[in-house]
Amino acid sequence: MRKIYLHVLLLFLGVLGAHGQIKSKPAPADSSNYQSRKLKLDEINLVSAYYHQNGNNSAVTGGIGTEKLTDFANTIDLQMSNFNKAGKKNTFLFELGVDHYTSASSDKIDPSTISSASMADTRIYPSLNWTKSNEKTGNAFGFTGSFSKEYDYQSLGAGFNLTRLSKDKNTQFDFKLQAFLDTWKVILPIELRPATSGNGRESRSEGSSPRNSFSTSFSISQVINPKLQALIIIEPAYQKGLLATKYQRDYFTDGSVRAETLPDKRYKLPIAARLNYFATDQVIIRTYYRYFMDNWGIRAHTAEIEVPVKLTSFVSLSPFYRYNKQTGTRYFAPYGQHDPSATYFTSDYDLSTLNSDFYGAGIRLAPPHGVFGWRHLNMLELRYGHYSRSTGLVSNIITLNLKVK
Amino acid sequence: MKKSIPIAVLLGSGIFAMSLLSACATVKPYQKNKLNDSEMALSSRTAQKFEQSFQLYREGGSGANGGKSGGGCGCN
Repeated sequence: MRKIYLHVLLLFLGVLGAHGQIKSKPAPADSSNYQSRKLKLDEINLVSAYYHQNGNNSAVTGGIGTEKLTDFANTIDLQMSNFNKAGKKNTFLFELGVDHYTSASSDKIDPSTISSASMADTRIYPSLNWTKSNEKTGNAFGFTGSFSKEYDYQSLGAGFNLTRLSKDKNTQFDFKLQAFLDTWKVILPIELRPATSGNGRESRSEGSSPRNSFSTSFSISQVINPKLQALIIIEPAYQKGLLATKYQRDYFTDGSVRAETLPDKRYKLPIAARLNYFATDQVIIRTYYRYFMDNWGIRAHTAEIEVPVKLTSFVSLSPFYRYNKQTGTRYFAPYGQHDPSATYFTSDYDLSTLNSDFYGAGIRLAPPHGVFGWRHLNMLELRYGHYSRSTGLVSNIITLNLKVK
Repeated sequence: MKKSIPIAVLLGSGIFAMSLLSACATVKPYQKNKLNDSEMALSSRTAQKFEQSFQLYREGGSGANGGKSGGGCGCN
């Protein structure tokens, strides 16, 4: 019996010993062109911004009064991709945005309420883009669906995008088509609500009205030499529906008051160019210029320059400056200066003749082993900007962008 | 005079585009290490999205900078 036990024990030890001598071999390298088809998370981008503004030309009160406003905005986007059987790449970009704002002027729609719903609001806007691309040729096409909702506004969006790349990959053509079908709840200032609405508190809204926007975008980018590349973009847009903000008041020379009224059609034509130059190993010059025109009479020139300076290979500091000069719409007049016979009128200083300066700086960290040693935190960018407008409005914005890979 | 501005801008853009294309040298993929630097991207920065968003509401002119051209409002 003892012999049997000893034999079993020796056999068991033999099996163990034999197994211990088997070396685990690494999987042989795949010599075929097979690529994993599993959906893979490529990167996550988180962007958060805090914005604060102050001024004294609120459109809600007819061009006078506080424009104090704060906005805390956040977006998270997830980019995922896979390859289909034919080797084409599918990229899915899901974005979720949430921003919360408080606006002192919105509370003046109905000053009798201590804090109306429009004084503070939260907007939620998810979107999903699917793009199918050929990695070899660089050509791609895709579709986007989006949604946005806040207290008095709801938007449904759809888009199509197309990219064509030249054989030498030095010229790229992009085309985009977008449509936003929006519904705007019509809210009138308390004193302009019809008598049938009672005291206005029971019926804040006079129903809803559509506002639809359609835009196309054509752009061509070109590599000019190993240090210089350029982009030209034309983006015609057309809007139809309620384009005026009905809770904004307008005061006339005869002392009367009416709700803002603007044409129900608007054509916009912005034309822009970008030119980026790698000046030295440490300095890059990024420039942007845009000319804008529309059928309301607004004309604008916008010029931007940003000079990223590479402090090290992985850290860059980017001071920037933006200048905007605008000729206002023909429908604009300040508080109490509207002609009573006018068909269209606004005292919204955003549509007036103005010029603005926006300047600040950003810092970007992208070390190869991750920001702060965290391997997955691929990039961190922090930007601050100060905005001042000739109408007296000033604002500050601070933005944080984190990229996780 | 005012009506001639859009034509002048379109004409200017066309001439600018043509002069860019004619000035181009063929750049091989191995010569693109500077062009591929993330700071050289021809799109606006991701961190600029909210700056462009508030500029969209505070100024009458908009578009052609990578942002949306209407819809979704947030027009506080």
